[in-house]
Amino acid sequence: MGDVFKRFGGGLGTVFTALVLVWLAGMVLAPNITMIDYALRPNLPPSAIGGDQDVYSLSNILYLAGEDVHRAIFFKTIWASALVAFITFVVCYPIAYWLAQNATPNQTALVLLALTIPFWINEVLRTLAWYILLAFRGPLNEALLAIGIIDAPVRWFGDTGVLAGMVYAYILFMLFPIYNAIESLEKSQVEAAKDLGASTWRIHARVVIPHAKAGIATGCVFTFMLAAGSYVAPALLGAPGSRWFTQIIYNWFFEGGNWNRGAAYALVLLVLCLVVVLVTLKLARVNLTDVAK
Amino acid sequence: MSHSVELQDVGMTFGKTRAVGDVSFTVEGGEFFSILGPSGCGKTTILRMVAGFLQPTEGKILIGGKDMAGLGPDQRPTAMIFQSLALFPLMPVWENIAFGLEARGVAKAERRRKADELLKLIALEGYGDRMPGELSGGQRQRVAIARALAVEPQVLLLDEPLSALDLKLRQHMRAELRALQKRTGVTFIYITHDQSEALAMSDRVAVMSAGVLQQVGAPRDLYDNPATPFVAKFVGETNAYPGIVRAIDGKTASIETAHGTMRGRAGPALAVGSKASLYVRPEALKAASVDNAVAATVDRFDFEGAFALIHARLPDGAPLVASVGSLDFADAPKPGETARFGFAPDHAVVLADG
Ligand SMILES: Nc1ncnc2c1ncn2[C@@H]1O[C@H](COP(=O)(O)OP(=O)(O)O)[C@@H](O)[C@H]1O
Ligand SMILES: [Mg+2]
Repeated sequence: MGDVFKRFGGGLGTVFTALVLVWLAGMVLAPNITMIDYALRPNLPPSAIGGDQDVYSLSNILYLAGEDVHRAIFFKTIWASALVAFITFVVCYPIAYWLAQNATPNQTALVLLALTIPFWINEVLRTLAWYILLAFRGPLNEALLAIGIIDAPVRWFGDTGVLAGMVYAYILFMLFPIYNAIESLEKSQVEAAKDLGASTWRIHARVVIPHAKAGIATGCVFTFMLAAGSYVAPALLGAPGSRWFTQIIYNWFFEGGNWNRGAAYALVLLVLCLVVVLVTLKLARVNLTDVAK
Repeated sequence: MSHSVELQDVGMTFGKTRAVGDVSFTVEGGEFFSILGPSGCGKTTILRMVAGFLQPTEGKILIGGKDMAGLGPDQRPTAMIFQSLALFPLMPVWENIAFGLEARGVAKAERRRKADELLKLIALEGYGDRMPGELSGGQRQRVAIARALAVEPQVLLLDEPLSALDLKLRQHMRAELRALQKRTGVTFIYITHDQSEALAMSDRVAVMSAGVLQQVGAPRDLYDNPATPFVAKFVGETNAYPGIVRAIDGKTASIETAHGTMRGRAGPALAVGSKASLYVRPEALKAASVDNAVAATVDRFDFEGAFALIHARLPDGAPLVASVGSLDFADAPKPGETARFGFAPDHAVVLADG
């Protein structure tokens, strides 16, 4: 904080500090406090708001606990998000390792550019591209039919579609932290391990992954949070059997007309995400300041 | 007896850069062999070819008489000590040392025992559970050596391992490395750009310049009988006086220089009438010597402790450096004085330019 004043002087420093505080209050605190407020109140007709029925209680949250279908979707969303994070990690780690340790600077620039360009368009449009690709009469089925891998078109929409769409959507959030972490690993560490006779597997398990642990934890946490809070991919690429918890929340707000219950559901999701993130970081012995970097 | 290492016409080209060309030499089993040359002359490239990180684009490398073509670093009886040491910072010292054993599937208790044994060898008993970051530079150095020795290599490859240490520690580690090599009997190939390091430690030294092998020989031999102008200038201090060879009489050559005709030992492949230079060491130049004498005016007297360097100028401005032992300081010419410096023909060598 003192730095800000040192760097910009008293006047500008005060302005910047005030802007940050306004931003924190308006964009972070206010919505969250409102959400908690909504979550803990009953859903009442406008005339009854402020009346003697309008008291704080946990009934909205307990409703989720007692509602079997919603509860199942909730837990499925959590573990499916973990699965998305894991698959994204498996996809990204070899690419990140290759980019950071083996690729020439030109190759690195080219691949990173190729991976970044799709992110210049909106997430909805990107997911729409997968919608077209994975359609029942879409190019993927046509191609697989043409080369004879399948005999009849496959219905990709559902769990597979959602998984594919999410892994694709969040690949950069996994790739960059891991790439940065591996890039700072001295090449001779890998060479020394190899020289001492270590197998590829052991080199990664004992030298590269421990070094990149903070980056890997960061990538997994980002991807997990984004997946758990994702709406577009499940809405476009899902099927009735693959509903995501965010869709339930959406329904409470815009179809069920019960904002309070929607807010309660959102609050539960938020808290559980926070718990998962903190536990992951604790396990990886990474602190939050490392993640912020 | 440890394995020998033989390079046969080895060359390495990176794209358009020819980093190493036509290098041939044999390192005997159990020898302390150094490769000496300025930065960028291809030393590391040679070492990495021997280690198996690079496959030579030309020629063959034999270790213990076996062709190493196509074998990776994990399949060769070599261990490398990197310029940066490349200790694993997240593993305690003992796991670092035992990493090669871990890779070979040795059980944990045995690994620990072996690591402790090696820690004793490098005089770091009880340091096994520290992290590498908690050690001093010299201690880390020794751990790197222990880690390489743990896999019982036939050949140890060292890439300027002392360059990060300060002078005192470096001199101490030289002696320690040398003693360790004698004790273990492992063949050492040691890379350095520091000629005093190479001369002090090695049984033999290969001098390289710009990817080309200049000369291989015992330290004394390189110093006294340089085969090329590069070796004469790079190994030790020298004065060089260019001229034309006028006569070769047995082992002695006469060369006509800007400072008169001088005589020195004839180097290899010297022809009368060709361009050559005479090289004479500072300690061979004596004030008031009668042979090959030239007059020079003293500029500076640099005191170095056991000896001093007299920097002087010949009448045409060419530099001359002579050294005097501290016991002879009283008789040495002082700055501003003009004195005659000369040398015995045996103490100078005439080498063809090129
Ligand atoms: N992987 C590489 N790709 C291209 N050029 C290289 C590579 N490694 C080394 N070189 C070049 O080869 C030459 C010799 O390098 P090196 O063996 O590292 O020299 P030294 O160890 O004697 O300082 C240098 O010109 C260097 O730029
Ligand atoms: Mg080098």
